[in-house]
Amino acid sequence: MSAATTSRAGAPRTARRAPWPGRAGHGFVAAYVLLLIAFGVVPTVYALYFAFTSVDNRFSGLSNFATAARDFRYLPAVGHVALYLVFWLASLVVFVVALALLLHRLSARGVSKALRFLYYIPGALAGAASVMVWLFLLDPTVSPASFLLRALGYDTFGQVVAPGHLPILFTLIAFWTGAGGWIVVMFGALNNIPHDIIEAARIDGAGAWQTARRIQIPLLRKWIVYMTILAFAGGTQLFVEPQLLAQASVGVAGRDYSLNQLSYDFAFQNNDVNTAAAISVELLVIGLVVAALFVARSGFFDAD
Amino acid sequence: MKAKFSAVGAVARGRGRRAGVLAAGSVLALAAVAACGGNGNSGGGSGAANGFKPAAQTGGTLTVWVDSTRLAAAQLYQKQHPEVKMDIVTYDGDANGSNYLQTKVSLFNRTRGGWPDVVFSSQNNETSWAVPAGFTAPLNKGLIPQSTLAGWATGANDPCTVNGTLYCLRNDLSQTVLWYNQKLMKQWAYQVPTTWEQYQALGQKVATEHPGYLVGDAGDTFAPEIYLWAGKCGANQITGPKAVTVNTTSANCTKMATLLDTLIKNKTISLSSVFSSDFDKNNADKILMLPGPAWYGGALFQGTFKTPAGQVAVAPMPQWSGDTTPSVGNVGGGTWLLSAHSADLKAATAFLTWVTTADDYQGKLAPGYPAFAAAAKTWLAGQASSGYYAGDIAAPLQAAANQVWSGWGYGQFSQEAIWAATVSPGLNAGKSLVSLLPAWQSAIVNYAHSDGYQVSTS
Repeated sequence: MSAATTSRAGAPRTARRAPWPGRAGHGFVAAYVLLLIAFGVVPTVYALYFAFTSVDNRFSGLSNFATAARDFRYLPAVGHVALYLVFWLASLVVFVVALALLLHRLSARGVSKALRFLYYIPGALAGAASVMVWLFLLDPTVSPASFLLRALGYDTFGQVVAPGHLPILFTLIAFWTGAGGWIVVMFGALNNIPHDIIEAARIDGAGAWQTARRIQIPLLRKWIVYMTILAFAGGTQLFVEPQLLAQASVGVAGRDYSLNQLSYDFAFQNNDVNTAAAISVELLVIGLVVAALFVARSGFFDAD
Repeated sequence: MKAKFSAVGAVARGRGRRAGVLAAGSVLALAAVAACGGNGNSGGGSGAANGFKPAAQTGGTLTVWVDSTRLAAAQLYQKQHPEVKMDIVTYDGDANGSNYLQTKVSLFNRTRGGWPDVVFSSQNNETSWAVPAGFTAPLNKGLIPQSTLAGWATGANDPCTVNGTLYCLRNDLSQTVLWYNQKLMKQWAYQVPTTWEQYQALGQKVATEHPGYLVGDAGDTFAPEIYLWAGKCGANQITGPKAVTVNTTSANCTKMATLLDTLIKNKTISLSSVFSSDFDKNNADKILMLPGPAWYGGALFQGTFKTPAGQVAVAPMPQWSGDTTPSVGNVGGGTWLLSAHSADLKAATAFLTWVTTADDYQGKLAPGYPAFAAAAKTWLAGQASSGYYAGDIAAPLQAAANQVWSGWGYGQFSQEAIWAATVSPGLNAGKSLVSLLPAWQSAIVNYAHSDGYQVSTS
């Protein structure tokens, strides 16, 4: 608002009216809001409607949620997703921050540019395509890393995708496809830390480790929280990895693995869209609650 | 096909900007429904079995869905009938219980449009969901004359029949036989086993005399259909439209499972899928015997393994000694479905009839044993004259066609998917099949329950 006033006041005599600086921003946001409504808000409301109604469109309270919870695939799916989240979030936070700090230390040298590019490449592949790459990597017969798989004692695809290995495998796939983008984001955030603070730390005798631990990581906190919120929401919706793996292994691994797959199965195999919607609503609520917790506890929106 | 699955998944798993958007991605499928104004009435099509009301016959393009193997059939029809406007779409044929067709039809039912006119499916259990969903048109109520329908092999269309009404047509029979390498058998002076006892004994002999060679394979999701079905194991006895009896620990089941365990342990039965790169590389040229369906000959030995001509022969499936009623299993053998929503039933029926009965396709081109008897004769004659096989394959195949054990049914749940998820990982981890039978049973019971079946376990 104040920006608009100044610009109008500041340019009364020029022939061309200076454009209102807020306009471009609103334009960008408007396009986004449109998509958000079409593919975010409307489907969410529609899912909420489904979740609380029965097949004959009558209000059914929580019965769809009860149906989902009673299903024999429900608790195992919750367990699978929870375990996956532990591996995925831990590896993401630790390795992304560590790699970003490492990149930043190297920034003076040309290696950093090359590495940043390298980290980012997998993220440039579309989600499903990058999972397909892994299906080859994990088959000892065709994998370029087959020596590694054989060294670990796995001779067939079936042994590699044994049920106990799945959380680790999905974490590997997700990290490989998703972490590169976050490393670049963290690197950008590190560049935003004023140089004089780092300089002051160095003068006070802080080494690389102390600078990272006492200056850089605390200043990265908001970015880490931001990453965790999005990664958590993404992680609870695990779908592509197990679904493609189920197809590739003709169902040996990954079928009915995650909650999202269960929702999909309810909708399209058991012809029960209402229960499917109930599971989606649960995922939405979990995502929102965890986001709210993180935001509140971390002071995410506090001004500096 | 995979791309379509992943398209949905990619969004669901997406790395968007807001948690809300991310979560909402999981209901993307519903968004499509919202856009099309579906009213939330599940199973949109009319499910009336007897009062079939055809859609307005406005004609137009004939949309045909086939898997890659059946693509040749649709293309040949188009070539022979250039006047028919056809849209040929390939999909995965619902192989391995992918449920692609069911997923799509349930979406089409909601959006009230988009159904294909004729569909090929590699599964025999499609009627279990397609009839309640109102997708399939009744075929023996005026669309196809009884005289034509009488031409199918006995019982071939049983999986397509619901309460006396025929809802699909069987493409091929997939009765199991014992495929074997005649050259090796002669060279090593082995007798082709006629009983399971002899089969096991030969397997043990091969393990010591020619290690590395195989007498069978149990690495595919259809392994139970080859061995346990043939062994009359009642894992899957559909006793009514929504009733199933499951008993995987009966004597018949454990007997066959014990045999498999013995031969898996001495490595004469492989746990790699016959379609895997692993099998093709390490096992394909070391097959002494391979119990399997009729289509193994063309699809596997000739097509995939490229076994030289004059080696592969067929014997009847072994039986337990003392068993007076020979039984064999069955692996797939696809079905053709006609959409009840077709706007050109006449053209659709003409194609359906041609593709299932015509000698030009079924007799001369089809890779599997045709379910239509007259085409089967042509097919067998063609196989004999091709000179690929050693000896006569017609007699054992024809005999086996009438010996498929009728106690194994086609429920809505995929037996193949259940086996893959519960038994295969255990076998891969070195557990015995006998020890996995109870887990297999409880998984079948669970899936049957979730599809609304009454389950009995004795």
